[in-house]
Amino acid sequence: MSKKYTGVGVSAGRVIGRVRRMPEPILAPADGAPLPQGVSAEEETQRLADASKAVATGLKERATLATGDAQAVLKATALMASDRSLIKSATKLVAGGTCAESAIWEAADAVATQLTALGGYMAERAGDVLDVRARIVAELRGVPAPGIPDSNEPFILAAVDLAPADTATLDPAKVLALVTSDGGPQSHTAIIARSLGLPAIVAAPETIELADGDYVFVDGIDGQVITDPTEAEEHLASTYANREVLPDFSGTGELADGYRVPLLSNVGSGGDAQLAASAGAEGVGLLRTEFCFLGKEKEPTHEEQVSAYGAVFAAFPHKKVVVRTLDAGADKPLPFLTDSSEPNPALGVRGYRTDLTSPGVLERQLKAIAQAASEHEADVWVMAPMISTPAEAQDFATMAKATGLAIAGTMIEVPSAAVLAGQILQRCDFVSIGTNDLTQYTMAADRQLGTLADLNDPWQPAVLHMVAATTAGAHSAGDKSVGVCGEAAADPALAVVLVGLGVTTLSMNKRALAPVSAVLRTVDFAKAQRLAKLALDAPSAELARSAVRAELSELDRFGL
Amino acid sequence: MAERTAIIGSRVGLHARPAAIFAEAAAELPVEVTIALEGEPADEAMDASSILSLMGLGAEHGTSVVLRAEGEGAEAALDQLVTILETDHDAE
Repeated sequence: MSKKYTGVGVSAGRVIGRVRRMPEPILAPADGAPLPQGVSAEEETQRLADASKAVATGLKERATLATGDAQAVLKATALMASDRSLIKSATKLVAGGTCAESAIWEAADAVATQLTALGGYMAERAGDVLDVRARIVAELRGVPAPGIPDSNEPFILAAVDLAPADTATLDPAKVLALVTSDGGPQSHTAIIARSLGLPAIVAAPETIELADGDYVFVDGIDGQVITDPTEAEEHLASTYANREVLPDFSGTGELADGYRVPLLSNVGSGGDAQLAASAGAEGVGLLRTEFCFLGKEKEPTHEEQVSAYGAVFAAFPHKKVVVRTLDAGADKPLPFLTDSSEPNPALGVRGYRTDLTSPGVLERQLKAIAQAASEHEADVWVMAPMISTPAEAQDFATMAKATGLAIAGTMIEVPSAAVLAGQILQRCDFVSIGTNDLTQYTMAADRQLGTLADLNDPWQPAVLHMVAATTAGAHSAGDKSVGVCGEAAADPALAVVLVGLGVTTLSMNKRALAPVSAVLRTVDFAKAQRLAKLALDAPSAELARSAVRAELSELDRFGL
Repeated sequence: MAERTAIIGSRVGLHARPAAIFAEAAAELPVEVTIALEGEPADEAMDASSILSLMGLGAEHGTSVVLRAEGEGAEAALDQLVTILETDHDAE
């Protein structure tokens, strides 16, 4: 029976193939462990010699299949595995009563230390010696060699997480996709997958069950691994294989009929903002200010904050930058703001609510934002997270305006705020929907629980009804701006639905700008409205998604 | 005892690739060859067929090293190894 694993898709693409598991790392043997009971030093020496020879032979065979630099490296490593002076010093230890594993471990350690001391290039080779050592120990133990598995057939690499050293030897011609049970969107696995253009899914804990030879479908777009793929998955994979290259984002988001939908980017630092600007983002729809606070024991100073926010504003002169005030609590605790003993942190003192328990932090942050805004030319808007009532929206707008910030809004993450969006927007200037939290609270399903992943889907029609309630409220309050800055905006098909529901701007990670823009350009506003209606009327997230996707043939063209 | 002095020709020194070429050649010879930095005592010389010993010398481009061997064929063997050491393998 086919089984589905859910994780986070960090690099797009859909492929089908066989799984190869990354072997467990080789653990160090005990220091100077004695010869096994009843084994003579001669026998142990022979065992060591055989293992060293077997590793050298294996590496030599791989060298004959490789070319260029890879071949030279493999050849040199093969020689290290059977190196006479290495084996000689390990043999001496065996003769003194140490077991082969501990002996080779210690002997190689001495060589690696010596190379490290030489510095530069030789120091880097110390890693090769340790790799050879791990291979010999694996051979002695009769377990698979560490590192990326060797295979003549391209495969899907499943691992707990990948280390930089593993990814350096990753051959994109041999690896079809990466799946890890650990790691996050910023893990080394995610970074290397994007740079090699390999589909990848991280943080899929149950994929630990996947074994060598399993035949699976990997969907880096929807973040899913499906075992025993059927015709539907085969179709998706072959469509992806025949995709067209996406055009770069032109810097103007619009529908086929010229209806404007500014496409902004979510950013978390000045460097991030620079990259988003060069990807064509029309501004910043969500500046996460936590970057300035996380990992700090104390509140950052006024000067630290001014310079951190200023670095982002500098990247977007004369463009909109929406700053979200500190969103601490729940999954983002801060020692000086949040109470870690709350029994139910997602429903606790988080976001704007921390102003109740630690008054002053928010006001000082607003002053720093205002100061940074006055030093740059960006069009700075501010908004508060976790607003639940019109009164809170009013209080925040009053506080923001008192510091000189002209445009103040609120996030719509709590269903009560979506329902009363009209009243909220009579008291502030704009709203921005955080679909991740709005989904979690509408569906009453913890975002961090893998088991509830199906409920935590922004395609849930109830969530879309919350979006519709928000845009209706915005319309009644005089057509105020409604942005979406959650993951939903980065899904090209869902982006069409959101626009059809009346959302005016979309903000996403910079990599989503090109695909979202390309798909928006294939529909006019009337079609977007029709698809929005289809999704609203669907009885489930799955049916909403499939009904809308069926009407967007361009998704297949671009492999989205 | 045959003895030769050679100057490392590889522009990056005796790093992995040239060391691999040299160690392989030394291992195929009928005699045991040792290698030491010039000026170091003969009894501290290393096994020339060990890539790890060669790399551990830390010999750079232009460094002088001394090769030693004993027995039949020693002279010819050392001549062959000197040629390898003085070639810049990265220029090939």
